[in-house]
Amino acid sequence: MDEIARAFALALELMLSGDRELYAIVALSLQVSLSATGIACLLGMPLGMLLAAVRFPGRRLLVVVTTALMGLPPVVVGLFVYLLLSRAGPLGDLGLLYTPTAMVIAQTVLVLPIITALTRELGEALIEEYGEFLAAMGLRGARRIPTLLMEGRHALVTVALAGFGRAIAEVGAVMMVGGNIRHVTRVMTTAIALETGKGEIALALALGLVLLAVALAVNALAHLGRRRQRELAHAGG
Amino acid sequence: MRWWWFALALLPALLFGPSSGLAGERFIILQSTTSTQNSGLFDHILPRFRAATGIEVRVVAVGTGQALRNAARGDGDAVLVHSPEDEARFVAAGHGILRCRVFFNDFVLVGPAEDPAGIRGLSDVAAALRRIARAGAAGRALFLSRGDDSGTHKKERRLWRAAGLDPTAASGSWYREAGAGMGATLNMAQALGAYTLSDRATWLAFANRRGLALLLEGDERLFNPYGIMVVNPARHPGVRFQLAKAFRDWLISPAGQEAVASFRVRGQQLFFPDVRCDERSGS
Amino acid sequence: MPAAELRLVTAGPRPLLRAEGLGVTLAGRRVLTALDFELPPRGLVVLLGPNGAGKSVLLRTLQGLMAPSEGRLIWREPPPRPALVFQRPVLLRRRVRGQLAFALARGGTPRRARRARLQELAELCDLTNLLERPARALSGGEQQRLAIATALALDPGFLMLDEPTANLDPAATLAVERLLTRIRARGIPILLVTHDVHQARRLAEWVLFLHGGRLRESTPAQRFFTAPASPEARAYLAGRIVP
Repeated sequence: MDEIARAFALALELMLSGDRELYAIVALSLQVSLSATGIACLLGMPLGMLLAAVRFPGRRLLVVVTTALMGLPPVVVGLFVYLLLSRAGPLGDLGLLYTPTAMVIAQTVLVLPIITALTRELGEALIEEYGEFLAAMGLRGARRIPTLLMEGRHALVTVALAGFGRAIAEVGAVMMVGGNIRHVTRVMTTAIALETGKGEIALALALGLVLLAVALAVNALAHLGRRRQRELAHAGG
Repeated sequence: MRWWWFALALLPALLFGPSSGLAGERFIILQSTTSTQNSGLFDHILPRFRAATGIEVRVVAVGTGQALRNAARGDGDAVLVHSPEDEARFVAAGHGILRCRVFFNDFVLVGPAEDPAGIRGLSDVAAALRRIARAGAAGRALFLSRGDDSGTHKKERRLWRAAGLDPTAASGSWYREAGAGMGATLNMAQALGAYTLSDRATWLAFANRRGLALLLEGDERLFNPYGIMVVNPARHPGVRFQLAKAFRDWLISPAGQEAVASFRVRGQQLFFPDVRCDERSGS
Repeated sequence: MPAAELRLVTAGPRPLLRAEGLGVTLAGRRVLTALDFELPPRGLVVLLGPNGAGKSVLLRTLQGLMAPSEGRLIWREPPPRPALVFQRPVLLRRRVRGQLAFALARGGTPRRARRARLQELAELCDLTNLLERPARALSGGEQQRLAIATALALDPGFLMLDEPTANLDPAATLAVERLLTRIRARGIPILLVTHDVHQARRLAEWVLFLHGGRLRESTPAQRFFTAPASPEARAYLAGRIVP
């Protein structure tokens, strides 16, 4: 039990100590996971709305696949991206393995299905609400996508946060394609795995608490920015 | 219209533009093992190498088996592992060249301090394993294997063979396979009260021992030599051969050997320089 | 009453619309059957009928949201752009200004003209002081006026409203009725669905009466309220339940 108490004290100490290596690890975690989430949103949100707004051959299959991929284990994604980026793999010449870029790619693959599936779900609800109205406004099919994204923007913040949560918390994919190289590809989760391996349980837990604090800060920031606009989302009386 | 929300979500991707391979910088990827990483050896020697040559060594710490497999795909410029047979096979298959033994340490048997199998004081590791197996079959002891095809795991299997036993038949009962790195396995052994084989370096650096104690050491069969190889550039054209060779040459030089020998954990030397190069592995 | 006679009594040399044998089938069920009627080129027509008579389906068909399964619709040349105000006001998650700007853009108003058009619409619909309010935070009456303004932003040649005052208090109802009168004065023909017979009396110049998916009356308002021809209309006006 006193190990848990020690971890809390250590976490505080770590955050206040100004330890440059820790800050670099936190910064890299944020950079990688925010980039991956951003790219996944850029691709997944329009794709999700497309799946909601347009009937086309293969749509049902895509819906089922994206929903199923939400549960993909990070280590499988890591393995897949590793095989792509390995020097012996099809993209080996790019020399991306064991770089932050590789980690962004892996986490993008990991997060994309979540963003797509949740956006599709949101899009279907919005079409229920606005479908006839938009049709009367001359908007049908894929042409509705910009309006749907705009009207769903508040809920899409939550969708993005769900994706970010999965990215920042996963260890399997970044370990595999990043290699947990000190000063280069070490992020919060791989540092935690490493300290656990060294038997530094309290330090590992403390790093976990720092990770939690970082994730909380990102969420709080997103919701703070959202509050200003929330009234727009409220159903009127 | 307020599109700034979407812009905000994309900001990090556009602004940071995660730095990629930092092309042009002088670095190599070293595929190595958890024992060298977790003990802190690399944190001790790599800054000295960098100070001497300006070359950065980026360590990917996995098990010996995975390190060799990664390197065989060309993912790495040099390999530092501890399994002589596998190293020889790696060289024979044409993946590695310039193989040298660089230093050694040894393995130790650790287990619960109460020692239910009664191996404390033995000097014969095969006899100790037989006692653990007997106590295990009687339900009084557990043995935790790495179970991850690492150098330590390979060594452990050779030791069981030397004891004339095949514990995998008891897998799941008293013989448990963790499928994890050395540190994680020690954590589990501590929690389960199980015996396990560890390299001395990780054991000494390991902070979470509690009821776990060192019970057997010194048998010559527990000798643990580490070897370095450069990934064959003829086989994998992307290899940073000159930089990798520079690291290998430095490690076997007096400066490198001194760096290894001066590494201490709790006042104790963990790795002992012992350079023997395999002349047939090309140059 | 035979169809030919219905057409004869309809006013105007160039009707806005002529429906001939219009029928709509939804999921295998006939909702509208053999409708023949004309709509006058201006003025306010009230579409009356009990629940389930097919009023909303008729509006959606005229809007082009549903396709007729039989018969045809012959619009005046050039065909007017229709706009439909739904029973429940559809509100975007934007400010009032944002919703109107969206509709103006959709209606093809040139970018440079939008500001002025938006002000004009807001004045017409009494929304000037509400422009910066979130659309969904408006009161019921304000929401309904915004919905009407949104439809008008499309610059329609024909406006349809589906029970726009069904959930409003008398003051808000009056505000909507005044707005409809102003719109009619601008020469935009209106087709209004309502259940409020008094409202129909106040506003209607012509009445269409639907019952069971069939058109029972197409009559000048005066005559419909004083001497309805069909037993269904008589029963409806008397407040009796019509089978």
